[in-house]
Amino acid sequence: MAETVLTNSGQSTARLEGWRGIAADWASDQRAFKNVSWGKAMMWIFLLSDTFIFSCFLLSYMTARMSTTVPWPNPSEVFALNIGGKHIPLILIAIMTFVLISSSGTMAMAVNFGYRRDRVRTAILMLVTAAFGATFVGMQAFEWTKLIMEGVRPWGNPWGAAQFGSSFFMITGFHGTHVTIGVIFLIAIARKVWRGDFDVERRGFFTSRKGYYEIVEITGLYWHFVDLVWVFIFAFFYLW
Amino acid sequence: MVDIPYEGITGIPPAEVPEVELYHPRSWWTRYVFSQDAKVIAIQYSLTASAIGLVALVLSWLMRLQLGFPGTFSFIDANQYLQFITMHGMIMVIYLLTALFLGGFGNYLIPLMVGARDMVFPYVNMLSYWVYLLAVLVLASTFFVPGGPTGAGWTLYPPQAILSGTPGQDWGIILMMSSLILFIIGFTMGGLNYVVTVLQARTRGMTLMRLPLTVWGIFTATVMALLAFPALFVASVMLLLDRLLGTSFFMPSLVEMGQLSKYGGGSPLLFQHLFWFFGHPEVYIVALPAFGIVSDLISTHARKNIFGYRMMVWAIVGIGALSFVVWAHHMYVSGMFPQFGYFFATTTLIIAIPTAIKVYNWVLTLWRGDIHLRVPMLFALGFIITFVNGGLTGLFLGNVVVDVPLSDTMFVVAHFHMVMGVAPIMVVLGAIYHWYPKVTGRMLNDVLGKFHFWVTFLGAYLIFFPMHYLGLLGVPRRYFELGDAAFIPPSAHSLNAFISVVALTVGFSQMVFLFNLAWSLFKGEASGGNPWRATTLEWQTPETPPGHGNWGKELPIVYRWAYDYSVPGAAEDFIPQNQPPRATQLVQGAAS
Repeated sequence: MAETVLTNSGQSTARLEGWRGIAADWASDQRAFKNVSWGKAMMWIFLLSDTFIFSCFLLSYMTARMSTTVPWPNPSEVFALNIGGKHIPLILIAIMTFVLISSSGTMAMAVNFGYRRDRVRTAILMLVTAAFGATFVGMQAFEWTKLIMEGVRPWGNPWGAAQFGSSFFMITGFHGTHVTIGVIFLIAIARKVWRGDFDVERRGFFTSRKGYYEIVEITGLYWHFVDLVWVFIFAFFYLW
Repeated sequence: MVDIPYEGITGIPPAEVPEVELYHPRSWWTRYVFSQDAKVIAIQYSLTASAIGLVALVLSWLMRLQLGFPGTFSFIDANQYLQFITMHGMIMVIYLLTALFLGGFGNYLIPLMVGARDMVFPYVNMLSYWVYLLAVLVLASTFFVPGGPTGAGWTLYPPQAILSGTPGQDWGIILMMSSLILFIIGFTMGGLNYVVTVLQARTRGMTLMRLPLTVWGIFTATVMALLAFPALFVASVMLLLDRLLGTSFFMPSLVEMGQLSKYGGGSPLLFQHLFWFFGHPEVYIVALPAFGIVSDLISTHARKNIFGYRMMVWAIVGIGALSFVVWAHHMYVSGMFPQFGYFFATTTLIIAIPTAIKVYNWVLTLWRGDIHLRVPMLFALGFIITFVNGGLTGLFLGNVVVDVPLSDTMFVVAHFHMVMGVAPIMVVLGAIYHWYPKVTGRMLNDVLGKFHFWVTFLGAYLIFFPMHYLGLLGVPRRYFELGDAAFIPPSAHSLNAFISVVALTVGFSQMVFLFNLAWSLFKGEASGGNPWRATTLEWQTPETPPGHGNWGKELPIVYRWAYDYSVPGAAEDFIPQNQPPRATQLVQGAAS
């Protein structure tokens, strides 16, 4: 796959109107999505599929929460920390969310510098993003530890419905896995950017294909998606 | 609104994407084993799927032996019978049909038919096959673990799937879930490739509305699979957690072996919703590629353009979309909120509209066509008849009031075997007879092929037609033996024995087909590049079988749709998609 090539048909074709026009645009020659590279198209379609996975997880959790006969533990209480003698609800989750959203910001900056071929800044910003991500996973590990110490298990907890622990570990675990994979990808791509692989068109170890700076943006798509999913988990699991 | 026919564009736009250098294999290993060539991957997928499919075929023989002659075979006990049912269903639906249509035919035909050199990401495509192989091996390993494979039925409904009364409770169910998760991961890697290749890597002149319907069917089915398999993935993960960690997502509190189990508060219905949100689209994931392939077989062998191409495309897309909102018609008797039945019965019956459009269009394509009754065409005709039959019994089961008494009887078994067992298998077999010359350069033996068709076709009807009658009598499905129930007359038992004899005969006749495949590989008549005189691109490759990169130096340029058969005035009764208009006119001039 080459870098994004702008469509230049060199001629204006007759345009159809209404639905036929829409269908004709989609069905047009060679590419349905003009100026979208293979890699980017693939990432978008993968994310669509992944959206269905997270939706199924969240819907299952909501079904369990609504249909259980035992009271659901109060998230504000469960996820509260005592800091400096004060009882602050959801403080850790708030910090985690802040960290993850910030990492989306640094990722967007990395994409910008990537397209300017600023190797050093791109790599540094990607590593900063990865560091934010790792911090997030670290705080998640802290939260898991705290809850496990308090007696929360996948099969039960001291405060109410057993599905609380089950859903919590399953959903945050699955999301945390996504973040971890993202961190690994970010570090791998940052290394390639730093080394200048995309300037000298060095071939990939597995695929023996040339890489392009666009991979920074594709990694960014994945990263923003993982952040977006967290917003939904935050809203549906912690705030509900 | 201005109506401009855009089929008539003659100026072909320049290439939008520069050619990508292919990965060139350097050794025997990277050429034939860890190959990144979609055609080799397709053959690997097909052979693996067929191998595990043969296991499922043997399981069906064992089941028929038990059903036809209960008590005769001491080596089949009740637990094993349940395990056979489970493994037969799961293998046939997912590991054989899905993998064969998408991984096998998809990999082989998509790049060739859209005029690409390979899938867009060959390395990911290769990984897809190896993960699939791992999934198959994990599945097959359940036959050898303590307790054997799970006997929960292919739907794997909790709570019984993980309770101790069900065979395979220790290892079988765990490995089954792991295998499904692996399958979905592997499929996703391949599926992304198929979708992006169709959308973004077509050759010059190949608009979506010039694609052969085979590609449309496989493409739509792949998109559906990418959206439906997530539900199965989630259900598998949660059931695995219920079994391994003792969570209670799907498990209500219940008494197990006289003791209150550790579970409580879960919802078994949730599993059924997740499962069928995958399970119903899965029916069409298997059916849509069959629809697409059969359209091309009929058009090619009837020497006529497909009737209503554009409607055929919209029908495929429409069926794909509708199939996501009908899932609970599998759950009329599950205890879900009864009024959901109105909605799901309505949507189910609406699917009959695009499906009927397709059937009418196939028949109208045949109408006054120059029909060549070659083996692929015989199978295509067999498919149409079988699919109509299966569809009609679907009307019974789609309606709540009729479904309630018929649920869990042999009628359901007969219905789904007709509509998503026999019908797609007909297309698979027809497609193998059709494309075998392209894959190997040799024709399959015609006499053996016709024998194979008639035994398979007539046999399938002798097996499944009486089964409808058994279902109407109320003979339940999934029962190890019927015993002396008063409502089952002695004739039902002899009918069962008859079905078993036919089933074994048809099963063994497939060995003729396997022999034909092997024999023709070496001794078959050389086919040349385009034995069926077909228009689509895969028949226009410079080499047969197509070489690495498919097209030699230059990619083909497409000037016309895939169905220019028997065009009036043309010198031949077919015009390949890559034949420029001017050349056609010259030929016409010469002819006139």
